Amino acid sequence: MFWEQLLNGLTLGSTYALIALGYTMVYGIIQLINFAHGEIYMFGAFVGLFLVTVAGADLFTALIGAMIFCMILGMLVERIAYRPLRGKSSRLSALISAIGVSIFLSTLMALIRGTNTTRYPNILEINTYHIGGLEISSLQIIILVVSALLMIGLQLLIQKTKIGKAMRACSQDLDASSLMGINVNRVISATFAIGSSLAAAGGVLVGIYYNAVWPYMGMMAGLKAFAAAVLGGIGSIPGAMIGGLTLGVMEIMGVAYLSSSYKDAIAFAILIIVLIIRPQGILGKKITKKV
Amino acid sequence: MEAFLTQYIDAYYLRIFVLIGINIILALGLNLITGVTGQLSMGHAGFMSIGAYTAAILTMQYQAPFWAALLAGALLAAFFGFLIGIPTLRLEGDYLAMVTIGFAEIIRVFFLNFEPGGKAVGLYGMPPNTTFVLVWGIVIVVILLNAKLLDSRTGRALYAIRENEIAAEASGIDTTRMKVLAFTVGSFLGGLAGGLYAHYMSYIAPQDFGFMKSIEILNMVVLGGMGSIPGSILGAVILTIAPEMLRIVADYRLLFYGGLLVILMIFRPNGLLGDVRIYDIKKRWFKKEVG
Amino acid sequence: MEILKLTGITQEFGGLRALDSIDMTVKQGQIYGIIGPNGAGKTTLFNIITGIYVPVEGTIHFHGQELKAMSPHKVAKLGIGRTFQNIRLFNKLSVIDNVRVGSHAINKSGFISDLFGLPLARREEGQIMIRAGRLLNLVGLYEKRDEYADNLSYGEQRRLEIARALALKPSLLLLDEPAAGMNASEKVELIELIYRIREEMKLTILLVEHDMNLVMNLCEIIAVLNYGRKIAEGNPEETKNNEAVISSYLGVEA
Repeated sequence: MFWEQLLNGLTLGSTYALIALGYTMVYGIIQLINFAHGEIYMFGAFVGLFLVTVAGADLFTALIGAMIFCMILGMLVERIAYRPLRGKSSRLSALISAIGVSIFLSTLMALIRGTNTTRYPNILEINTYHIGGLEISSLQIIILVVSALLMIGLQLLIQKTKIGKAMRACSQDLDASSLMGINVNRVISATFAIGSSLAAAGGVLVGIYYNAVWPYMGMMAGLKAFAAAVLGGIGSIPGAMIGGLTLGVMEIMGVAYLSSSYKDAIAFAILIIVLIIRPQGILGKKITKKV
Repeated sequence: MEAFLTQYIDAYYLRIFVLIGINIILALGLNLITGVTGQLSMGHAGFMSIGAYTAAILTMQYQAPFWAALLAGALLAAFFGFLIGIPTLRLEGDYLAMVTIGFAEIIRVFFLNFEPGGKAVGLYGMPPNTTFVLVWGIVIVVILLNAKLLDSRTGRALYAIRENEIAAEASGIDTTRMKVLAFTVGSFLGGLAGGLYAHYMSYIAPQDFGFMKSIEILNMVVLGGMGSIPGSILGAVILTIAPEMLRIVADYRLLFYGGLLVILMIFRPNGLLGDVRIYDIKKRWFKKEVG
Repeated sequence: MEILKLTGITQEFGGLRALDSIDMTVKQGQIYGIIGPNGAGKTTLFNIITGIYVPVEGTIHFHGQELKAMSPHKVAKLGIGRTFQNIRLFNKLSVIDNVRVGSHAINKSGFISDLFGLPLARREEGQIMIRAGRLLNLVGLYEKRDEYADNLSYGEQRRLEIARALALKPSLLLLDEPAAGMNASEKVELIELIYRIREEMKLTILLVEHDMNLVMNLCEIIAVLNYGRKIAEGNPEETKNNEAVISSYLGVEA
């Protein structure tokens, strides 16, 4: 029972982690809580659904398609709603702008698809395997493997490539990076593109896992993923992964052993407790204030 | 007076005026926390719900006099504001924002499971004690006291914390005490508005006080102009009327609302009245006359 | 009479020793200068005195009272005012409000009396306003009292910081590079201002400065820091001729 719940928790947690990565990457560079990120995730889920049902695509084509679509959507959102505000306004006005985008996107999808829940068709034959008393479905394996591959890919991208290096530089000091000849606008665009595509992947995976998508699914998922990013230490990429997995496992365990009616409160309760004990999150660096 | 008003003013408009009044109280409360003191709170609806449920339960189930119920709701909200204020001793910026979001979500889930509060159905049939005259009487008192407070030793200390916390400390301001004070007073107003709301609508449910409600209140403060009393009032008026005006675009209402937020932030990043001072206006006019 | 006495102050940041058992005594009425190259620990010393950092070792006595581990606002209330190297004004408050905030420490009016405008608050407000006006006059910013602080020029901002620090009626004033970014004539005015406030307000002044000329002209006693150590202390003449100072700080072969 415990191990199965742990597995369920890791599966849920890895989707939180995929979304949390986008929050943490954007935050690391421009200190913006991108509230529209949850809606990007929702769009990812719907685009995946569209590709599967209308275009008859298989899971992996749907996954790639949704990622590409959201990559463009994320860059577009940044270009239209955040870039004009950068540098000349407080972070709070950018935050309100992000909230505006979030409302806009979820309403847009509600107008297109209606507010009801849509079921994902069964595109996979789900097998259940028994490994030493532990029950694991092929779906869970796919989610865990895909998430792991994406996260490894992200690490490689950030550590090994030129754009990754530029992103790391920008997260240290945006102005200095710009003085060093880095095209900051391009790096920010790339960050949104990468973060959004990961969220899209999360959307498709959650869609098939829970077999349901709806236009307002982005809000709660977004809040929890943001909580995961903060839990891990916002701005830290490994932190977002650990935060996501921790939150997923805790939430599933809480539902299994405590009460399911408090499901949505558990994630936040954990977060508050962790932050009170360790204000900078699990992997966040303590910033000494310069005076 | 109330009879006179109900006789000569269309019920629809009267209702909007009452809601504007309640929203002004909410916005001025959050303005103290976020606008003046600079502590980003994204869970103001949580305090509102505490006031609403407390007052409603007291009048309905304990036959408490309305004024006592209102006061009790506001005081309980203030107490929770005080509790939430305590983590601010250690947390900054967006970590604090996350704690406030989490707190409001936990409160919402609590009421979803709270038997005396009618669980997900909520409470209905509260005596409609909230009248136009009462609401606007309170609004005027709140505005006057707010103005008095902000132009005093305490008020200046709160602004100083927003502007530069280290310099504020060096000027002898006990910043932690002041931040907790701002949270307590702001939450008191949130709870007060909640009690009024409950006894105006005669119906409350947990979903009335969700994340979107908190965001709506934050929008009022930022849109009007952080830290400005006229700004918060204007923000509350516009954001109460806007959805009504946008009724002509029916289903597209929220689409416009979201888009409008983005556009307003791009063109007035400091809010509508955030950087407007009588002194500057005078100076500009004077210069024009000379030139 | 001793007003400030530091004994064995040691501070470390992540294993790096920023200050190494500093002893220092400042007497009533002195203008005491601290000089030293970048990273010598001058500002760190200020931050320790004002309670922003708690030193690893050592004690700080102000008028005989231990300051160690006291929070910055309490230190301010005891009568230590300060300015900052990288100016820290309340940018979106008016010039006069900056000074009015500065008087926070010497007033008592609390939440309730402020909220209802009770007599205590009103009486204090009047005094605060008069004092703020007088201080702005002193630093020559009265005409600009309604401007936003961030609309002032660099030199004006530095003077506003001094006025704000004076508003808490300090007996000890810490100035962190008060002349940084000032031109020659502004520096002359600054020296006059510092002399004037010492006379008029019976102040003791402790300052950190890079401009050697200014320090030599202004200070009666100078301490030289290098790599967190105090390598010399004395009057300007002695300091100028101290070999350790010449070799390590002035950078000239002795």
